[in-house]
Amino acid sequence: MKTYYNPEDLKKFGKIGEFQKPLADKFFDYYGEVFKEGALTAREKSLIALAVAHAIQCPYCIDAYTVDTMEKGCDEEQMMEAVHVAAAIRGGASLVHSTQMMNKVKELSM
Amino acid sequence: MKSLKAQNHPLSNSQYEIDLLESPDFGVSFVQKLEETNLFPLKPVQIETMQINMGKMCNQVCKHCHVDAGPDRKEIMTRDIMEQCLAVIENNHIKSLDLTGGAPEMNPEFRWFVSNIRSISPDINIIVRCNLTIILANPKYRDLPEFFKANQVEVVSSLPYFSAAKTDSQRGDGVFEKSIQALRMLNDIGYGMENSDLILNLVYNPSGAFLPAAQAGLEAEFKKKLKSNFNINFNSLFTITNVPISRFLEYLIRSENYEGYMEKLIESYNPTAAANVMCRTTISVGWDGYLYDCDFNQMLDLKVETPQSQHISDWNHSALKNRNIVVNQHCFGCTAGAGSSCGGATA
Repeated sequence: MKTYYNPEDLKKFGKIGEFQKPLADKFFDYYGEVFKEGALTAREKSLIALAVAHAIQCPYCIDAYTVDTMEKGCDEEQMMEAVHVAAAIRGGASLVHSTQMMNKVKELSM
Repeated sequence: MKSLKAQNHPLSNSQYEIDLLESPDFGVSFVQKLEETNLFPLKPVQIETMQINMGKMCNQVCKHCHVDAGPDRKEIMTRDIMEQCLAVIENNHIKSLDLTGGAPEMNPEFRWFVSNIRSISPDINIIVRCNLTIILANPKYRDLPEFFKANQVEVVSSLPYFSAAKTDSQRGDGVFEKSIQALRMLNDIGYGMENSDLILNLVYNPSGAFLPAAQAGLEAEFKKKLKSNFNINFNSLFTITNVPISRFLEYLIRSENYEGYMEKLIESYNPTAAANVMCRTTISVGWDGYLYDCDFNQMLDLKVETPQSQHISDWNHSALKNRNIVVNQHCFGCTAGAGSSCGGATA
């Protein structure tokens, strides 16, 4: 069955330079730097990436950062808490807009 | 759970395992990788460590065990073989003696052997790979911490995680709780404590088909969690990659992770880790006295390539030091990422 998302395509990510090498090189250099140990640990960055992967709902990123967080020594509880952070921000982002709805309701109501 | 051998599982046959490891085409062999990085043939640097497998008998049946150890395994080293090991230790410059199993303490001659090693070689580093639960398995083992202390033994123990769920899923129900009790007993007599010379190291290996975390960061995490949650102290954490043989190989195949895991190991090949593999400084002795390049080769029955020195009774230091180390596809387990050895990361 053909689908838009194929897990095998994740392995081809490094080959996007085939169509535009200079930009791909710049992106992967930047990407590598971002995930190095810094003010945040590589482990903390991986958990952030896992949360963002769920927020943007990228199947490739979810696969990649599930493996990466496991390889950084995170357990299921920590990984699920990271996803709940994404869920809370996404849910909160919807709910905070309700203030606009409430403003409009109050503007139009007697 | 029974051992693969007791189940008559095909993977309990070492030739079957080797055939299986060699059969899929991953595009590159371990030998080719060594050649590309100027390490083939792989040669010893020197023989510093003798790792002795005292037998396959164990009180646990861990899901990833490369020895396929368990209570149903009866192969154990005899005093006769131990005496031959003692003669080699006495007459050669072995710096470290690493006793493993199974549970080495279940060998009835274990205490005799350790005491004799210490008496003939007061300065040698004796390591016992203790699974912790053995200390609580039977009243006759309760004084093992005192025995270790009396013989200045370094204790190395597996603890896959600082939580019960992950530890028990790999090592069996109730193992985590018993391991914590045993660690407290070791701490109580000075093991792993600050300003103590009694060394207690822990081993982490992944509970599944993925590579271990960076050793330093995970050690810090283990120290923090074990101290705050259980008031446990230890010296160092060794991260070890699961090598695709025996029960871990069975798991990989059954869970359809075999190809993905091998691809991961191969793409993570690290030449620095390859240059530092432990087989370059180690000789592994089987329960029956045969010699191997490492404990993994031992389980695959890949004996050292020195026809004149294949058994402890025929120890030829010069021949062994100049041998070609036997390698195969499972060796990618020791060269992936930060590398892996019985002493943890190597790169």
